[in-house]
Amino acid sequence: MTEGLRYAYAVVRDTGAPEAALDALTALEGVTGVAGESVYAVRHLGLAALAGVVPAEDFDEGPLRERLEDMAWLEKMARAHQRVVDTAGAESCVIPVRLATVCHGDEGLRRMLATGRERFAAALDRLEGRVEWGVKAYATQPAAEEPPAAGAADAASTPNSPGTMSGRDYLRRRKAQRQAAERRWGDTEEGARLAHDTLSGLAEQSRLHPPQDPRLSGISDRNVLNAAYLVRREDSAGFAERVGELAGRTPALRVELTGPWAPYSFTAMDDGTESAGADG
Amino acid sequence: MGERDSVTTRGGVAPTAGAYGSPASSLGSSGSYGLAGRGEGGANLADILERVLDKGVVIAGDIRINLLDIELLTIKLRLIVASVDKAKEMGIDWWEHDPSLSSRARSEVTGGENRETTA
Repeated sequence: MTEGLRYAYAVVRDTGAPEAALDALTALEGVTGVAGESVYAVRHLGLAALAGVVPAEDFDEGPLRERLEDMAWLEKMARAHQRVVDTAGAESCVIPVRLATVCHGDEGLRRMLATGRERFAAALDRLEGRVEWGVKAYATQPAAEEPPAAGAADAASTPNSPGTMSGRDYLRRRKAQRQAAERRWGDTEEGARLAHDTLSGLAEQSRLHPPQDPRLSGISDRNVLNAAYLVRREDSAGFAERVGELAGRTPALRVELTGPWAPYSFTAMDDGTESAGADG
Repeated sequence: MGERDSVTTRGGVAPTAGAYGSPASSLGSSGSYGLAGRGEGGANLADILERVLDKGVVIAGDIRINLLDIELLTIKLRLIVASVDKAKEMGIDWWEHDPSLSSRARSEVTGGENRETTA
């Protein structure tokens, strides 16, 4: 069966073991992909692409483009993609490929492996034995002072009715509120920087992601730090412990740890030149 | 196997295969914050999207889809750009040290604006 479309999830090293014994595939037993299909491996040049057979009516160029405009479909696809990548990554080093990488048949997957051969091999060498941990810090809300999604709703300029208060009192109160918010912001920013500096010191590499918008994350607290850290598997417990300590140190911050993830944030091939750039 | 076991030694956040990539823990001053963004699948969709869309090896498959041509994803990226602008406004600039991010964000800003004016 070599005809039809293939959806690629990730690339792993071909250990030469029989397909049934590839660690990544063993982990994926019972896990289905973006089309509910089972995941298999196509091997070429010492690499193996983890892929699934997907129907053309959803994954050919036109339909795929359309489907991607559907939030429910996109979410389902993104979650399935992530589930496959991270489940496979629990057992061995996987290099994720970007969402919606689709090839024609096994031949197409082999072409993809050949094209990216050096990049994949270099990434596997670099990332073997490492996992990614995500750390986000949020400024906790002072009790009902500001509307929650202040960042998003600024432009709407809610009138905030002065009620019976005199104009002067109102302005004075607004000023005090603003100053309190600024002080608080200073604290959380400092706390987030400290957390990032500390965690960067424990990690091999770090990446700062843009803060998440509340409309996307569904979390209204202001996201002041959104970072990814590349950590050796065996150092993960220590890393997580450190995150816990940092969380306890700054009451104005809520810290969230996610992972371990496959090393998504560290696959970029220009890493050589930019590595440690964010570590400062 | 052995490698993964070392990760699972931390009692509360055992990353079993099923929970892989899910929030391991939420640690904070008052403990019990909800994880509003989490769907039934576990991890926050924003966490997943920023990884599967923006990260990972970009290699041309046979089906050519430029994710930036996808309106929905452009909207999503606009949300990120909005956050970056907000951070910048507040004098936070650490994200600027991420070259992939800043170049992406900049090209997206121009693209997004053009599209918006015609909308």
